[in-house]
Amino acid sequence: MENLASTFEYAPAPESRSVVDIAPSYGLFIDGEFAEAADGKVFKSVSPATEEVLAEVAQAGQADVDRAVKAARKAFEKWSALPGAERAKYLFRIARIIQERSRELAVLETLDNGKPIKETRDADLPLVAAHFFYYAGWADKLGHAGFGPNPQPLGVAGQVIPWNFPLLMLAWKIAPALATGNTVVLKPAETTPLSALFFADICRQAGLPKGVVNILPGYGDTGAALTAHPDVNKVAFTGSTAVGKEIARTLAGTDKKLTLELGGKGANIVFDDAPIDQAVEGIVTGIFFNQGQVCCAGSRLLVQESIQEELLDSLKRRLSTLRLGDPLDKNTDIGAINSAEQLARITALAETGEAEGAERWSAPCELPTSGYWFAPTLFTNVTQAHTVARDEIFGPVLSVLTFRTPEEAVAKANNTQYGLSAGIWTEKGSRILAVANKLRAGVVWANTFNKFDPTSPFGGYKESGFGREGGRHGLEAYLDV
Amino acid sequence: MPTTTPPPGKAALTGTPLADVTASAATLRRFLHGLPGVDAVGLEARAASLGTRSIKTTAKAYAIDLAISMIDLTTLEGADTAGKVRALGAKAVHPDPTDRTTPRTAAVCVYPDMVATAKEAVAGSDVKVASVATAFPAGRAALGVKLADVRDAVAAGADEIDMVIDRGAFLAGDYMKVYEEIVAVKEASAQARLKVIFETGELSTYDNIRRASWIGMLAGADFIKTSTGKVGVNATPANTLLMLEAVRDFRAQTGVQVGVKPAGGIRTTKDAVKFLVLVNETAGADWLDNHWFRFGASSLLNDLLMQRQKLATGRYSGPDYVTVD
Amino acid sequence: MSKESLGGSAAGATRLSVFKTYKLYVGGKFPRSESGRVYEVTDPKGKWLANAPQSSRKDARDAVVAARKAFGGWSGATAYNRGQVLYRVAEMLEGRREQFVREVADAEGLSKSKAAAVVDATVDRWVWYAGWTDKIAQVVGGANPVAGPFFNLSTPEPTGVVTVVAPQESSFLGLVSVVAPVIAAGNTAVVIASEKAPLPALSLGEVLATSDVPGGVVNVLSGNTREIALPLAAHQDVNGIDLAGADAELAKELEIAAADNLKRVLRPQAVDTDADFTVSPGTHRLTAFLETKTVWHPTGSLGASGAAY
Repeated sequence: MENLASTFEYAPAPESRSVVDIAPSYGLFIDGEFAEAADGKVFKSVSPATEEVLAEVAQAGQADVDRAVKAARKAFEKWSALPGAERAKYLFRIARIIQERSRELAVLETLDNGKPIKETRDADLPLVAAHFFYYAGWADKLGHAGFGPNPQPLGVAGQVIPWNFPLLMLAWKIAPALATGNTVVLKPAETTPLSALFFADICRQAGLPKGVVNILPGYGDTGAALTAHPDVNKVAFTGSTAVGKEIARTLAGTDKKLTLELGGKGANIVFDDAPIDQAVEGIVTGIFFNQGQVCCAGSRLLVQESIQEELLDSLKRRLSTLRLGDPLDKNTDIGAINSAEQLARITALAETGEAEGAERWSAPCELPTSGYWFAPTLFTNVTQAHTVARDEIFGPVLSVLTFRTPEEAVAKANNTQYGLSAGIWTEKGSRILAVANKLRAGVVWANTFNKFDPTSPFGGYKESGFGREGGRHGLEAYLDV
Repeated sequence: MPTTTPPPGKAALTGTPLADVTASAATLRRFLHGLPGVDAVGLEARAASLGTRSIKTTAKAYAIDLAISMIDLTTLEGADTAGKVRALGAKAVHPDPTDRTTPRTAAVCVYPDMVATAKEAVAGSDVKVASVATAFPAGRAALGVKLADVRDAVAAGADEIDMVIDRGAFLAGDYMKVYEEIVAVKEASAQARLKVIFETGELSTYDNIRRASWIGMLAGADFIKTSTGKVGVNATPANTLLMLEAVRDFRAQTGVQVGVKPAGGIRTTKDAVKFLVLVNETAGADWLDNHWFRFGASSLLNDLLMQRQKLATGRYSGPDYVTVD
Repeated sequence: MSKESLGGSAAGATRLSVFKTYKLYVGGKFPRSESGRVYEVTDPKGKWLANAPQSSRKDARDAVVAARKAFGGWSGATAYNRGQVLYRVAEMLEGRREQFVREVADAEGLSKSKAAAVVDATVDRWVWYAGWTDKIAQVVGGANPVAGPFFNLSTPEPTGVVTVVAPQESSFLGLVSVVAPVIAAGNTAVVIASEKAPLPALSLGEVLATSDVPGGVVNVLSGNTREIALPLAAHQDVNGIDLAGADAELAKELEIAAADNLKRVLRPQAVDTDADFTVSPGTHRLTAFLETKTVWHPTGSLGASGAAY
């Protein structure tokens, strides 16, 4: 034994970067071709873990939006007229190619987004492929989906997605749109455009007809131009509630169909009879998965006062084992924050929490010197009146509140303008059902958290948006019903 | 090597919140039924997630040597002979005759009638002799017989006793009987360290495994051990994770540290490393020592040795380059 | 008894009828507008029918309070119970058929036989939605076969308090066609009656009040549509709005206001403006104000074999 080191230090286990070949520059993907922006504008996509520039990407402007919508409109005629079974096969092809290229895409996504390879490998990519596989099967069965015998596509879908799950959000948007016979123009987020551009290449490999999928990297103004475009029939947006409201106003008085998947301030409710060890895991998954940059994050821990101390001790001990660092390392639990802006926002909100008297705690944790990092953080002594209990932080920051009775737990959980997710931890089955019934949230995880599946509809109540993505329900957003 | 802790057991719990738990069958039952429940899916998901840790290069070398040092090299067959046990002892002392830097295993584990032979075989080394006892593996014998079995093994020189609990009594809800039997065996074991086998595959549910863990720890177990290796389901990452949580919580409440021994079904280096990750990230580094964690295994050792040779030479080894016993 | 003996009035004089004072229906009560305002309601030919309350934004606010208060009980009632209550509305309406035939005929300038057909269709519409209350969840909800050891169930739940801008032309069948699905789904409603023909809607309040519909589940306001609708569209405690009776300009304005708290908006649809409420309704008016809640729970396995995950 004496020749052994005294602790079990995990040696670096980086996933190989060489499995992905990132070109120095990328164009817009319009009508099956990569092209520069009409005005020649470009922007840089950086790796948030290192601040290294990964590629230069064309930035779409109004003229490009016009061109892409036109291409999508032109493609719509043939695409929507294809037999469903043929559309299905294109989607099955895409699903399979994603599976084949999943390692490459996982590394790419980790580089561009900053999230740990463990997550892109085990969560993002399997779900992306599964989502295409699921909706592929719907393409020739739409008459059986409960929307009448012959539901019709809407036309051109303008889709704007966020940076937290770039490729997964793309899948959530594109798979149902194509299955139902729509064509799409999709704008990826400005900080994470690369996986969408790789997806364009997958479309090429799959032989997808030109113009069915168009990808327009850009900033908010690109998204605004797309959603406001008069020849777009359907808008799907995932992102902040503020932008979602702006889009809703823009679309008022039009006949564009709109679905919005927006912010959240999910309550994770732990009762005194919870399976404690699993609850601790669920809390950690709930708020530290993807660095808390998850709209359905369980960012408010509501713990029954009688077990608060015990639970917090366990939670803190568990947080001390989280491994923060190189997102490409297979043992990394916590990666980088997606951008300097997001880091600044998280930092400012955490400072507000302290200023308002909440007690801040972080596990001892060394942050890398370059890149954007934020240590997993807890706030205790938080009440519903604290900013950190009300505002969506979208980062690895958990606010801990207490409750005494199930009624109080439900009242606090629902006391928010959001209504996306909630968690319930108790071994008492009837309590799960009673509490789940009263929670005003679109997804309720009982004795688990942050689980996703293509068959399971996802979406919010209240200001978390409307419409559902996933499952049979997810078809409705793209059909004339 | 840590110094020996005071013998746990009832006395050790005096003054802790658990002192009165075993006062009566009713208090014990209430306590056990008041333990937090276990959600099977969540537990198994956590175990699976820890199983995805990537242990490479220096960490792998460390883990392999640590795992070898934690093995209770076991033979528990009706066909065991003195020759077989001597060979096992030799292997425990020098697992890899080609490389003397290879750590010794923690112990050899044999039936009571082979203890004396085993002691001779490992004489002069720090390899311990563990003996299963208490009418292993079924445990279906009168208490007197079980205690005689234990005393016999101890008298023959056993350093460690691996007892089985009365699963029938446990499943019938007679927790006090299970508890008292462990207390009696602990006493009969004298200075030998006591490993309490639950036969988790027969207890069937995770809630039961958690309760059994606490009965064992309250009764003074030095180790809690998953299984005999003689039933369909033996050590799994999930049941071992659960038992690691139990010893972690027990120490937090009483200050008494108890070891854990998964046994049966761990055959590959990859598996063993996953278990070490479970230990490291659940109970913590204090348990990363063969005083507190063991593997009940036999074929695992050769796989570890082959992996060790691979790390040393850079080429894959083969079964002809490790000894069959 | 002979006519002459009544009241001792002069033989042969026409009996003076008793006018009805039309009042709002809010929280199960029949208040006047807090503003004290009324406006003249005439038939399509300009004949005076009654003075209707001209609701203010404060009446709208009070109605939202009543609707919110009623939401817990109504949404929490069993679907079977809601179905029975809606069916009871149909029964009560059938009993007051003559009154509504007269009011609809007056309001919409219909012949008595056409008005009777409208009232019959309206009764039948209540029956249609009464039957939906305990079926819609099975039709639009269900178990999702997720790839993992989880039981996953999607269930529709009512959105909350819904503002209903009732159709302007079809003052009764149109009204019921938009209100019934909202409450059948378990929502509570603040209804803005047809501006020019509010009387059938106000009378409907009397039917609802005697039909076991809890107070506050349906609240009926009459007055200037725009004046009442704007504060309701902007109200932060209203969760949805049906724009059936809003013209294009107002609909856009209301939709913009509704974005402030992301209300669920049901835009005016062709079928609404055509006032063709006689065609069989589908389920879209039910689902427009239903949220889908999906609950996940681990299933696990029978034993600790390690195989559940």
